[in-house]
Order: sequence, then structure tokens, then C-alpha cells
Amino acid sequence: MPIERSERLFINLSILMLVIFFIAVLVSAFIGGLQVPAPAGTIDPAAINQTAPFDNPGVRELVPGKRYEVVMIAQTWAFIPGEIRVPAGSEVTFRITSRDVIHGFEITGKNANVMLIPGQISLVKVKFDKPGEHYIICHEYCGIGHQTMYAKIIVEPAPQAAK
Amino acid sequence: MHQREFARDDTYIKWQLGLGFAALFLGILMGLFQGLDRMGIDLYKYVGLKSYYQGLTIHGVLNVLVFTTAFNGAFLPYVTMRSLKRPMAIKGGSAIAFFLMLVGVLLAAWKILDNSSTVLFTFYPPLQGHPLFYLGLVLVVVSSWVTFLNILLTTRAWKQDHPGEPLPLQAFISLVTYIMWFIASLGVAIEVLVLILPWSLGIVEKTDPQLARTFFWLTGHPIVYFWLLPAYLSWYTMLPKQVGGKILSDPLVRLVFILFLLLSTPVGFHHQYTDPGVPAGWKAMHALLTFSVFFPSMITAYSVVASLEIGGRKAGGKGLFGWIWKLPWGDPVVTTQLLAGLGFFLGGVSGLINASYNINMVVHNTAFVPGHFHLTIGTAVTLTAMGIMYWLLPALTGKKLWGRGLALANAWLWFLGVLIFSRGQMAGGLEGMPRRTWMATATYLQFMETWDIPNKMTAVGGALMFLGGMAFFAVMVGTLFFSRERAKVEMPTAEAIIGPEKGSPLFTKRLDVWTVVAIVLVLIAYVPYLVNYLGDAAFVATGQRVW
Ligand code: HEM
Ligand SMILES: [Cu+2]
Ligand SMILES: [Cu+2]
Repeated sequence: MPIERSERLFINLSILMLVIFFIAVLVSAFIGGLQVPAPAGTIDPAAINQTAPFDNPGVRELVPGKRYEVVMIAQTWAFIPGEIRVPAGSEVTFRITSRDVIHGFEITGKNANVMLIPGQISLVKVKFDKPGEHYIICHEYCGIGHQTMYAKIIVEPAPQAAK
Repeated sequence: MHQREFARDDTYIKWQLGLGFAALFLGILMGLFQGLDRMGIDLYKYVGLKSYYQGLTIHGVLNVLVFTTAFNGAFLPYVTMRSLKRPMAIKGGSAIAFFLMLVGVLLAAWKILDNSSTVLFTFYPPLQGHPLFYLGLVLVVVSSWVTFLNILLTTRAWKQDHPGEPLPLQAFISLVTYIMWFIASLGVAIEVLVLILPWSLGIVEKTDPQLARTFFWLTGHPIVYFWLLPAYLSWYTMLPKQVGGKILSDPLVRLVFILFLLLSTPVGFHHQYTDPGVPAGWKAMHALLTFSVFFPSMITAYSVVASLEIGGRKAGGKGLFGWIWKLPWGDPVVTTQLLAGLGFFLGGVSGLINASYNINMVVHNTAFVPGHFHLTIGTAVTLTAMGIMYWLLPALTGKKLWGRGLALANAWLWFLGVLIFSRGQMAGGLEGMPRRTWMATATYLQFMETWDIPNKMTAVGGALMFLGGMAFFAVMVGTLFFSRERAKVEMPTAEAIIGPEKGSPLFTKRLDVWTVVAIVLVLIAYVPYLVNYLGDAAFVATGQRVW
């Protein structure tokens, strides 16, 4: 291929840039531990109320003050539960599925983002270091009430006793 | 020359352009509504639309499904005929393509307007639109296949008359664009014909939304290259001529388009980084491939800027950047495209963020995404198409362009508008503002002061873009009805410094080989995943009408 000198230089630079980008992504994924969501099981949306753990949505304490699991159902147009309280410094695993259409799950101020697809179970892990409030917002169009679909996370100051 | 032989196809090319730009007109009108919604101004009720989402469905379907397909289906056959100096091979092919598209658009529009198909342009099941809505979209795609076949047969016929010669560059690019699109469109064809239509007709009760998304995005990423490549065709092979420059290397341009053919199809999973039903390994593989599509775009940036520089220096430009001011900024054909290219640069950079495997989690499905694609499709492609119309309409009608000042205003208003609009959307997205949301009535809006300025920027920027768009339509209408002077305009075709004969025949002549490679790559990127997924597919979702 007849290519000019400056052009060749530019092409080589582009390739170098791509390699650097990709290494950066891999490093953050496999060394930094920033992982994208992956399959966490399937479920029949019609049988959610009879299928554990979704028959009993809510916050579960795994290691007091440290690790929590939130079992959550998304449906038009609410997250159940709609309000979650966890102490600062806790790592929370959200296990979520949808009862009807595709919904989205995103936590303001956090790198937590996953689609909720009927038939699939979604899993997201989030660490809440500081006390404060976050919102879980549905970010996929799910019908006429899409803009009203959210839940609230209240991160409470860590109790002294749990330290 | 050849005007008489082309007349038969040109008639339908004109009609198809008319259809495409009518779609764009209504599309950006809805865009204005969406922007103003962010300041609490509700215009939907005055035009009889039931909701923001009905308007958004119109916006998405008309802009990115109808306008783009209609424009490509007119522009690329036009280019093919002029570049090969022969009419299209299928007699009546242009007419068939036009009527298929027309019927398709009318069906889809009818079912959107009666609010039975407010499913947005992505129509993810289990949201369930009316069967005629899907059928309408199918016809639009089938129309594009007719155009593909027509271009393929036309280039074939040319080759038989010119054995051993490489196709002229512009015909080559038109053909590659449609080969790519044909391969890419099979995903959504399977989705609609196999999964959605039987289900929306009630023949099967349940469907698998995760599977449908996978087929959708198999088409959904490369479709952006179907939108983009005609703009690239113009930037690479026409713009240099329009600024008095030259193409650096014809074989390199061909290589770039072959790379697009190979790399744009097997990367759809990067739209599904956050889908629960796709293993992380596939996502990582598609991330790698996605980054590689950046490579031909980088070469494009270099080559196009270099050929512009040749023009600017010839006009007396000195110094590192001096040539830029010497470009013909007074010519709307040029200014639209230069600003479109500038917008594309910003859009491309923001696209790298979306594409980044895990950084994507910050912005996925937030307002950042429309911020990104209004720079790319909404500006790089649309503004270039408008710039193309500034010579194509005179070429087709023989009338001199009317309202040159308005045409320049179109370029600058749109560009300024999209900078503000996209800045607003991106800033909002980084603050967690979701996309596709009826903002004025959002119940969480009260808690989000940080969205205040982004929302205002979206509204103001969007209104400026809309004004720019109206300037464009004024020029089109003015040229058609008020232009008194005749003009003889020919398709611009730039010369190449290094001609095709210098390149290896494998790159300049063997498109068949690359087509096979492209298909194999798609199979590698999808078949193992699909086989594995189908093992425990979840056909569990019933159709919902929740709007
Ligand atoms: C006056 C010009 C335009 C304005 C003011 C405008 C404004 C907007 C706004 C505010 C949104 C909604 C974002 C949301 O709710 O998430 C949007 C979405 C969108 N726009 Fe535009 N837009 C314009 C032109 C265009 C053009 C020319 C195209 C493509 C050719 C385009 C393609 C899209 C697409 C594909 C969506 C996403 C629809 C969806 O998510 O379903 N827009 N636009
Ligand atoms: Cu929702
Ligand atoms: Cu929603």
C-alpha cells in the first residue's frame, strides 16, 4: 500500500493509542476490580412471588454493618422496596429482576448500572462509604410512568457498636 | 452527459429525498418539543400527541430509521450512476425502492400516531406495538435491500464492460456501504420476522427480551456506520474537490472502507455491557473490536484533514493553521461539512467513553448518550446531508441554490446549538440524568439541583439546532419554488494523488473476499454466544402496552 511518511507515522500512533486504551480498560477491570454485570440466573416473571429470594424482597444483613443484600423487584413503575437504609461503610449486593417490561437500574453518584430484563436476574455490588442519600433511577423507557420510577437509598452514619 | 438515461432513476431519487427530508422535518420538530420539555414547556397537548414518549417515538423512528435510510437510498444510487456513467441496472428498481419505503413509512406513522405503538425506535419487547408498525419498518428495510441489489448489479454490469479495472472510488464506497448494511440488517430482520411479528400477531404468546436485544444490537451498532459512511464518502471524495484539494491516496481510502466493512458488524455487544444475560468475556471481546473501529476513523481524520490542507495552502494559507481560514467558508456546501466534521471529532471522543467496557457503567442509558449521538448522527451525518443537498438539489433540478445566507446560518446555528445541547446532555448524564425520560413530570427532578443547568442547556441548544434546521428547509423550499436562475451542477469528484493502480489488487478489487471475511467475523462474534444462550433461553415475557 503506497502511504506517505507522515501518514504512516499517524497510523502507527493510532495503533499505539488503541493498545494503550485497551490495556487501561483491562487493568481497571481485572486489577482494579471494576467489573461489568454478568449472568446471575434466570427466572419466570410470572412466578416471581413464589421464587426465592424474590418472594420476600427487602434488605438482608449478611455481616452486620459490613455486608448487605438487597432483593429487589422492578415493575411498572416502582422498585420494591422503594426505600433502603444501610450504614456507611457497607457493601451492598443488589439482586434484582423485572416483573413485566425492561427497566433500568442506576444509582446516582455511583458506578452502578444494569439493565433489568424480564427472565433475567441482575446483580450489582456497590460500596457506600459516606453517609448521605442516593437515588436508584429507572433509566430504560418502561411506559407512560417511566419518569416516576425511582427508589431512595439512605446511607446512615455507621453505628459505633458495629465498629 | 447521460442526463436522459438517468432521468428514470432520478425521478424516484428525488421523491425518496423528499420523503427522507419530510421525515427529518417532523423529526426535528419533535426534537424541539423534547428540548423544551426540559424547561417545563409542554407543546404536545397542542398538537394532539398523548405523551412525550409518543413524540419521542416519532423523533427516533423518523430521524434515524426513515431519514437516514431514505437519504442513503437516494444519494448512493445517484453517486453510483454518475461515477459509473450508467443508469441503475434494474429497470424500475428505484421506483420499487421508493414505493416500498413510502408504504412502510405510512404504515409505521399511522400506528405511531394512533398511539398503539409508543415503543420508541428500539421497540424492545415485551413492549408490544401494533403488528403494522413492525411491518412498516420491515418494508423500510426491504426497500434498502432493493437498493443494495440494484447497486450490486449496476457495479457488476460495469465490471463486465471494464474487465480488470478497479471500480471508480465513489461507486466502490457506495457498494461497500450497502454490503455492510445488508450483513448488518440481518440481525434486526431475524428479530422482527422470527421473534416479534409472530408474537405481536398473537401466534406465539411469550418472547425472550434478552435474545431480542441481542439481535437488535447486532444491527444496532453497524447501523450507525450505515448512517455515517455516506458522510465519509462526501468528506473523502467530494469535499477535497469543493475546497480545491486532492485525495491523498485512493487505495488507502479503499482500505479504510474495507476496515469498516470488517469491523463495524461484529461489535454489537458493546451496547449490552450492562445486560444481565451476556457473559463478561463476550463483552470484553466486543470491547476490543469496538476500539479497533476507532482505527479507520483515525485514518479518516488524518486523510480528510490533509486533503483539506492541500486546498487551503493552494489558496495561499501559511503557517501551521493559516490554511484553515483560507478554506471557502463562504460556501455553505463546505461550511456545513467542515462543522459537521468538527462535531464528529467531539462525538468520536465521547464515543470512546461509551465504548469503554467498564467506564460505560457511569454513562450507560443516561443523557450522556444522546449528548454523544447528537454530535455524531445528529450533526456529523445530518449536517453533512444538508450540505450535500446544497449541491445535489441544484444538480437534480437545474435551479441555482436560493438563500445562500440562510444556508450559512443553517450550518452555524446547528453547530452552535449542538455544542450547547450536547454539553448539557453530557453534563446531566454524568450526574445520573436518565435518557428517554419525560423530564418535566419526573418525580425525582425536585431532588436533583445538579440537573438544572444541563436541562436548560439542552433546551436552549436544542432550540438553536431547530432554528438551524428551519433555515435549511427554507433554503430547500426557496430553491424549489423561488429560484429563477438556472445552474448546471455536476457531482463533485476529487482527484487522487496516488491512484488505485498503485494499491494491491487485494484491496482495490477483491470486495468478494472481504465480504466473506466480514460474514465469518460476524459468525465468530455471535454464533458461540447464541448457541450457548439458546441452551437456556427465557421465553417468558408476555406483551405489554403500558403507555
Ligand atoms: C433540532 C434538532 C434536534 C433536537 C432539538 C433534538 C433533541 C433531542 C432530545 C431532547 C432527545 C431526547 C433525549 C431523551 O429523552 O433521552 C432526543 C433524542 C434522540 N434524537 Fe434528537 N434532536 C434533534 C435532532 C436529531 C437528529 C437530526 C437526529 C438523527 C438524525 C436525532 C436523533 C435522536 C435519537 C435517535 C434520539 C433517541 C430517541 C430514543 O432514545 O428513543 N435527533 N433528541
Ligand atoms: Cu422502569
Ligand atoms: Cu423506566
